[in-house]
Amino acid sequence: MKLTINNQKLLWQSMTRIRRTEEIIAERYREQQMRCPTHLCIGQEAIPVGVSAALNADDMVFSNHRAHGHYLAKGGNLPALIAELYGRSLGCCGGRGGSMHLIDISARFMGATPIVGGTVPLAVGTSWASLLQGKKTISVAYFGDGCFEEGVMHESMNFAAAHSLPVLFVCENNGYAVYTGLDKRQPDRSIANIAHAHGWQTYSGDGNNVEEVTKIARQAADNARQGNGPQFMEFSTFRWMEHCGPGNDDHLNYRPNGALVSWQKRCPIARLRRTLEALPNFEIGWFDQVTNEINYEIKQAFEFALASPVADEKSAGIHVYAE
Amino acid sequence: MQNDLSRLISYGEAIREALHQAMNLNDKVIIIGEGVPDPKAIFGTTEGLLDRFGSSRVFDMPLAENGMTGICIGAALGGLRPVMVHQRIDFLMLAMDQIVNNAAKWFYTFNGQASVPLVIRCIVGRGWGQGPQHSQSLQSLFAHIPGLKVILPAMGYDAKGMMNAAIADNNPVIIIEHRWLFNIQDNVPEHYYISSLEGARVIRQGNDITIAAFSYMVIEALKVAKVFANFGVSIEVLDMRVASPLDNASVLKSIRKTGLLLVLDTGWITAGLASEIVASAAENGFELLKKPPQRIGLPPHPCPTSPDLAKNYYPDSLTIMNRIFKMLDKNMESNLEEIKDLLAPNGAHDQPHINFQGPF
Repeated sequence: MKLTINNQKLLWQSMTRIRRTEEIIAERYREQQMRCPTHLCIGQEAIPVGVSAALNADDMVFSNHRAHGHYLAKGGNLPALIAELYGRSLGCCGGRGGSMHLIDISARFMGATPIVGGTVPLAVGTSWASLLQGKKTISVAYFGDGCFEEGVMHESMNFAAAHSLPVLFVCENNGYAVYTGLDKRQPDRSIANIAHAHGWQTYSGDGNNVEEVTKIARQAADNARQGNGPQFMEFSTFRWMEHCGPGNDDHLNYRPNGALVSWQKRCPIARLRRTLEALPNFEIGWFDQVTNEINYEIKQAFEFALASPVADEKSAGIHVYAE
Repeated sequence: MQNDLSRLISYGEAIREALHQAMNLNDKVIIIGEGVPDPKAIFGTTEGLLDRFGSSRVFDMPLAENGMTGICIGAALGGLRPVMVHQRIDFLMLAMDQIVNNAAKWFYTFNGQASVPLVIRCIVGRGWGQGPQHSQSLQSLFAHIPGLKVILPAMGYDAKGMMNAAIADNNPVIIIEHRWLFNIQDNVPEHYYISSLEGARVIRQGNDITIAAFSYMVIEALKVAKVFANFGVSIEVLDMRVASPLDNASVLKSIRKTGLLLVLDTGWITAGLASEIVASAAENGFELLKKPPQRIGLPPHPCPTSPDLAKNYYPDSLTIMNRIFKMLDKNMESNLEEIKDLLAPNGAHDQPHINFQGPF
């Protein structure tokens, strides 16, 4: 299924919205008012945007510590995200979570948590519940190459395959778990092949090519919806910023010299822009216009967040148990 | 109409009846565990569920405790009410990440927007060489974590009523079932009912000493209380029922009357529930206590397998008797032999009753 120009424009817009949000968070993080560990996804925007393009509004998504892109791409509320980073009462968790714990149930972004692998079985569980209740929704778990080493990953894959569940796993392989390269943690073999051995349909692709991600994700989602069982996508990509925080950590020399620059040349947003610019009669002014709209939306989101009442310290002890 | 309370069934049968009734009442309830639909049916407690409710509600489980706990949390977030079953609580150690980091914290972290209605049944083994990894009583580990409800029904009535309440509850509930309770009979109404998931219960009134006991130790406490009554010592027995939230107020109320407190736990003493209750009594009722409060629990080492090595591992009614002698002002030396005879176990120390045949 070919992407229309309108599809492509929406992909570019969604990636740029995530990029600009992360850039402005990085700028303002230095003010020391967002007092929570924050993991930015600059450079990796194509994966959540491409995957989300294959999802329906009622499909369910789970994520991890680096969740802003997954949340925004699925339709998560931007002002509530920013307010959450500031620990304010109108944050998506009312200040209880911060950057590493995000939720927007109305967007069916079901939860992000930072224990690596923690939400992977939850996505399997919601897909199981959908199947048992005769619903048509599918579920998605986003995780990284490091998560693939967790036992819970394989326990989840085993059950999902045994019950032929409508679930998509999205492995964002950026090659590093914090500062430790993949070659120091895993043998020289394909991650996707292990999923295949678990009985999953698997796909591999360039995670910095949003059109490729979208096409793969659509095929995987269709397969899951048609009852063909769990689908595993592995996308290569690269993290531009430091593991946690607003800066760059390339000076720590944990990655080969030049790797960052070479991946930055493969920027997914610039790549799609070149494709759009090459189209006959494409209005070049569109990029600035969309970027301005996004910048305005983000500015509004920060204003909303900072105008949000501070979280009431007296409420810290409530919501331990549900009624 | 026949008095509903007159029916006697075993603890294990009470659990089975609860599961049947709760699943019949709400089609969102599913049950999963290693052996749930197998011929032994978790000591009979899941018997008949597969035939009655079918394979889309009753499941066997891969040997993947952590992943499956997460999958059940997901199923709960997706609208179901899963009941997980573990034949030994020791296997739950594999699932601590999902229980502690996700199930216990989901409702809180996400500001009350999504709850996890999940029941985790787990059985504590004892005797016949259960040994280091099949006999642990780990309630205090779970009671330590805010967001979990931890219950230990001792009587068949509660086994049914608290199971039903746990399944109807919107929080993660860990229900700890002691294997030695399974064959004990109790008056259990046939109709569906729920018992509260909070609060201790005074199951025997007394004036001289308070015994607060958990799980199987309630049975030992009752045995001791009955015998001591013949010798003019009136023991109040509290079935604590719940490890979290812990009902310290009922203990305080009882020691206001008796002035003496003895706490019995099936687990280890260090950082355990008995310690928690004693600490609370000292903090809030120091002036009520005539003597230092006492704890009885397991010695600070793992449970050995050999019956010879395990001979003194579990405290029993004689252990309780000795401690009571030390606590009471009354000199009962002249009654010692007679009380000992009345309390003597009616089987070997490593089997729950004389007719028991291993293994289990």
